[in-house]
Amino acid sequence: MTSETAIKIDNVSMCFNLSRDRVDSLKEYFIRLVKRQLFYDEFWALRDISLEIKKGEVFGLVGLNGAGKSTLLKLVAGVLKPTKGTIMVNGTIAPLIELGAGFDPELTARENVYLNGAVLGYSSKTMDKYFDEIIAFSELQDFVDVPVKNFSSGMYARLGFAIATIIKPDILIVDEILAVGDYKFQEKCKHRINELMSGGTTVLLVSHNIDTTKRFCHRVAWLDKGRLIEVGQAKEICEKYEGM
Amino acid sequence: MRKLKYILLIATVGLLMYLLQLKIPNLFFSIEENEVWNSARRLILAFTVSILFCGAIAAVIYWKKIRPYLSKLYKFRSLLYQLVKRDFKAKYKRSFLGIIWTILNPLLTMLVLTIVFSSLFRFDIENFPVYLLSGQLIFSFFSEATTLSMGSILSAGSLIKKVNLPKYIFPISKVLSSLINLFFSFLALIIVMVITRAPFSWTMLLAPLPILYTLLFSLGVGLILSAAVVFFRDMMYLYNIFLTILVYLTPIFYPISIIPDRFRFLVSLNPIYHFVECFRTVAIYGGIPTLWQNVVCCLMSLASLLAGLYVFYKKQDRFILYI
Repeated sequence: MTSETAIKIDNVSMCFNLSRDRVDSLKEYFIRLVKRQLFYDEFWALRDISLEIKKGEVFGLVGLNGAGKSTLLKLVAGVLKPTKGTIMVNGTIAPLIELGAGFDPELTARENVYLNGAVLGYSSKTMDKYFDEIIAFSELQDFVDVPVKNFSSGMYARLGFAIATIIKPDILIVDEILAVGDYKFQEKCKHRINELMSGGTTVLLVSHNIDTTKRFCHRVAWLDKGRLIEVGQAKEICEKYEGM
Repeated sequence: MRKLKYILLIATVGLLMYLLQLKIPNLFFSIEENEVWNSARRLILAFTVSILFCGAIAAVIYWKKIRPYLSKLYKFRSLLYQLVKRDFKAKYKRSFLGIIWTILNPLLTMLVLTIVFSSLFRFDIENFPVYLLSGQLIFSFFSEATTLSMGSILSAGSLIKKVNLPKYIFPISKVLSSLINLFFSFLALIIVMVITRAPFSWTMLLAPLPILYTLLFSLGVGLILSAAVVFFRDMMYLYNIFLTILVYLTPIFYPISIIPDRFRFLVSLNPIYHFVECFRTVAIYGGIPTLWQNVVCCLMSLASLLAGLYVFYKKQDRFILYI
């Protein structure tokens, strides 16, 4: 792997065991053992995907629902481990797979900033430094000491986005989150992501909005039913995908 | 070949330890009448010390391999701190008396049990409240730490599904939260000791040692349980029953002497009994635990910790598919 590569995905396949309902109890386990239903259907969410994403590149993933886009993002984020193949990642990752994952509803916005920062691996000293900036960006100055369970979903997402992007990561994973908040905040998010991109951050983006993908991405990969259909220049692939 | 080298090293150090004990009997433990039991103790003692010694050497040699794990834990130390803080804050947030409950809780439990056992069932124990509270302190630390760790992976499910972080941090945070509660129970114990005019001794300063043993032991058990419960939810209920059995197998509110000699070994198989004994020795009796006692506690806690780490490490990649 050269130093120019940010993410290298090598022959990755991901297999899930599909069981109609999970075996949770011992009794059920034995019943199923007797009925021989313990061995589930296999479901290959991804098959033999190989990709190489360069540093500073904005890389998009397109595909219908169930194409395996989110699974691929989770694999890159290290949340899932691939069944076959290897993934190499060069640098720190800020996973924006779901905004505000790890918020504790009982705690206030202030406490959650530190908690969520810690989840991303930042010390409370670092968070001290960025605290005001986070609150200013999310426009929650009046709600700093309100428990987040009383927040609206928009406020929730704003705070989550502000925390995840405040410290410049090497790799940013964005999954359908540009659709949060009102029009004004969306513009702000796009502006922030633009800022990060120009600062050399590699971005991995999933969006169902094809215009967003076209506008932001340099290259795009098209996935369908877990297989890689084509990789190429954003415009070209997006047009093919639309014309499908 | 490589393995043989280690076995030889362990054997040599063990033999030296054994010879040392023959030379100076009576140094490390009280000699009993039964000669077989005495030599068994000597053997176990010698080889435990030798294994620990060689383990320490191996850790130094393989430091490079161990380091990445430790540095990952170091990176997430702030998460650990935040999780413990959150647990502490959330626990008594809605209650009127708040933090006072942490001391009041053990005191009230002790009061009830003291009333029950000093009027209904009488045991010949000097200063029963202190005896009871000191036993209960260690036991409830163990039961709280393990029960909380057991659910920790499941309740952190939404986080584990979305962010890549070391999963063992959740059981560890629960054990540390319980450690904080233990600290407050300890204050309660000191209060009761002052009220009942129990003698204080400098050996109380050694109390962190038995607490450390219990902590490592609970962490190991907690790691195993937290992994097990992801695959088998029934574990939660089974473990509750197991804990109830364990309460009665631990001399918390009765003296060990009421158990007939031939059943004594059943109690001595219970690790918590050893931790409780060790704690009582330093905290309320003003004695120093013998090397033998320390070795037994050490062995049990290390065995539990290693087993816990191994099970957790092997199973952690599959958690996400079952949460």
